[in-house]
Amino acid sequence: MLNSFQQGVIILVCINVIAVLGMSVLTGFTRLFSFGNAGFMSIGAYASAMLSVRLGMPFIISMVFGAAFAGFIAYLLGSLTIRLKGDYFLITCLGFGESVRVLFNYTRGITGGAAGFAGIPGTTTATIAVVCAVLAFIIAWTFIHSKFGRNLTAIRENEMAADAVGINTFRYKRLSFVFSAVFAGWAGALFAHYMRFITPADFSLAKSCELITTTVIGGLGSLTGSVLGALLVTLLPELFRGLAEYRMFLYGVAVVVVILLKPDGLYGYREFSLKRTINWWRNLPNMIREKSAQRKQRREKRGESK
Amino acid sequence: MFFQQLITGLSIGGVYALIATGYSLVYSLLDFSNWAHGEVAMLGAYVAFMAISALNLPFLAAVVLGIAGAALISLFNERLAYRRIRHNKSPNMFLMIAAMGLSTTYQNAATLVFGAKFKQYPNVLPISSVSIGNLRIGVLDLVSLIITAVVLVVLIIVINKTKFGLNVRAIACNSQTADLLGIKVDKCIATVFLLAGALAGCAGILLGMKYNVYPTMGNVGVKAFIASVLGGLGSVPGAIVGALLLGVIETLASGYLSSGLRDLISFTLLIVILLVRPAGLMGVDVQEKA
Repeated sequence: MLNSFQQGVIILVCINVIAVLGMSVLTGFTRLFSFGNAGFMSIGAYASAMLSVRLGMPFIISMVFGAAFAGFIAYLLGSLTIRLKGDYFLITCLGFGESVRVLFNYTRGITGGAAGFAGIPGTTTATIAVVCAVLAFIIAWTFIHSKFGRNLTAIRENEMAADAVGINTFRYKRLSFVFSAVFAGWAGALFAHYMRFITPADFSLAKSCELITTTVIGGLGSLTGSVLGALLVTLLPELFRGLAEYRMFLYGVAVVVVILLKPDGLYGYREFSLKRTINWWRNLPNMIREKSAQRKQRREKRGESK
Repeated sequence: MFFQQLITGLSIGGVYALIATGYSLVYSLLDFSNWAHGEVAMLGAYVAFMAISALNLPFLAAVVLGIAGAALISLFNERLAYRRIRHNKSPNMFLMIAAMGLSTTYQNAATLVFGAKFKQYPNVLPISSVSIGNLRIGVLDLVSLIITAVVLVVLIIVINKTKFGLNVRAIACNSQTADLLGIKVDKCIATVFLLAGALAGCAGILLGMKYNVYPTMGNVGVKAFIASVLGGLGSVPGAIVGALLLGVIETLASGYLSSGLRDLISFTLLIVILLVRPAGLMGVDVQEKA
């Protein structure tokens, strides 16, 4: 029913959705920036790939292990660095992501080095990817709308106030960091079992940048916005093949335009709701009528003053 | 051997310092990391390169043009994006996101316009080396060391001794009070961006002469950022010390251990220093960091 190209696009979209959802929880809902999520993706990818290839584990176990291992590393790193603020936290994440890449390049005996890790079974199908993406969205949605998520939002709005009402900001920020790393590791595991061949260069700083860009375009503080952002960012270059060359250039421009004109991103702090969209459509004629009436009034006023 | 490595390291560190001081100046005024700064250096190098290869200008004129171009691009960033975000009263993080967007834009624009290939400057300086005692030092290293030393000394004098420097320091201290005292804050910030851009352009040309010109050479901005964090964000002398230290450590690491592990070592060092001394080596503001 779908050819392999279409399936591939669906799988890539789903992988990006999962990684961006993790990023959205960290950046959109906690206001922590990480340029290291590609590092967690590569940890998840390599860990799951090794489990599948070396130990012959079934896909589901190696996927869960890959995600959990990325989370574990994030827990260790977060315990050290999450107390650092703003730019200082960010630079440690960036350093971590690059260090992982360099390390995987260097340990040729275990990871295959820069030549890549081959022979991974191609278990990820479109169905599995879609199920994973839906599951990831449900988990993220439940998490954000639970007590944990509300605490994270409190930290985003005012960390000092959140601390004052008794939220352990250190632990919650670390939780959010681990959450995003687990999602990144999950996406990495799916990616490895789709591509069958991974190199450290797949998870470079540019990948981290792309994840953040997508999150910003989708909206800081909206899960549905993030999904929409991931859809747009992955689908548009596939639909307009001629634009593929200009892809990253256009993303860069899009980020600047979004931040200048609509700093909340596509969806801002709101989630997509069917009801509101329908209402908005119904109100559209009224809105246009009102607007034109206002304009008419203004024009008449100007005419009088002349 | 060791001293030779040391001098190479200092000359690389000097180039980092040119970028890192610009970083630090902007950070001290606006409290955000200007991610697009490395790309300004890259564009400066390209402007100078195009001036030589397309316009056939003499080398010195091309250098001047490159530095001016970088300064103008840096000013353009401020006028286009940062100033508007400041006046919108958006959170500081948005400045950083905008800078990230600009950096992606420039890097990919350069790839589209100039191609991803490495471009080589014509040989202006002899590739030979001079011997001082037992040491053999490349002419390029020596020249770049001297240029950076002169530029940085001038910069420090400007910041500490002139009226403009006083204004900058006042804004760094408290921009609202500075505004009340009659300092034209926006104008001053714009001048700092011009200055930072010129320094970055200078660094870009030096890097281009040393390692060729290519679109991703702006990633050196990350190194400069590490250097200024090492020294303490927002402190100009700190940035210089951090940059020199980073250059020396990188050179020694690739000389004695492995060039593949060079970045790993500098990042580990960064994390360790942040954990032990969160304010950096010469940091000014501890409250902000931990």
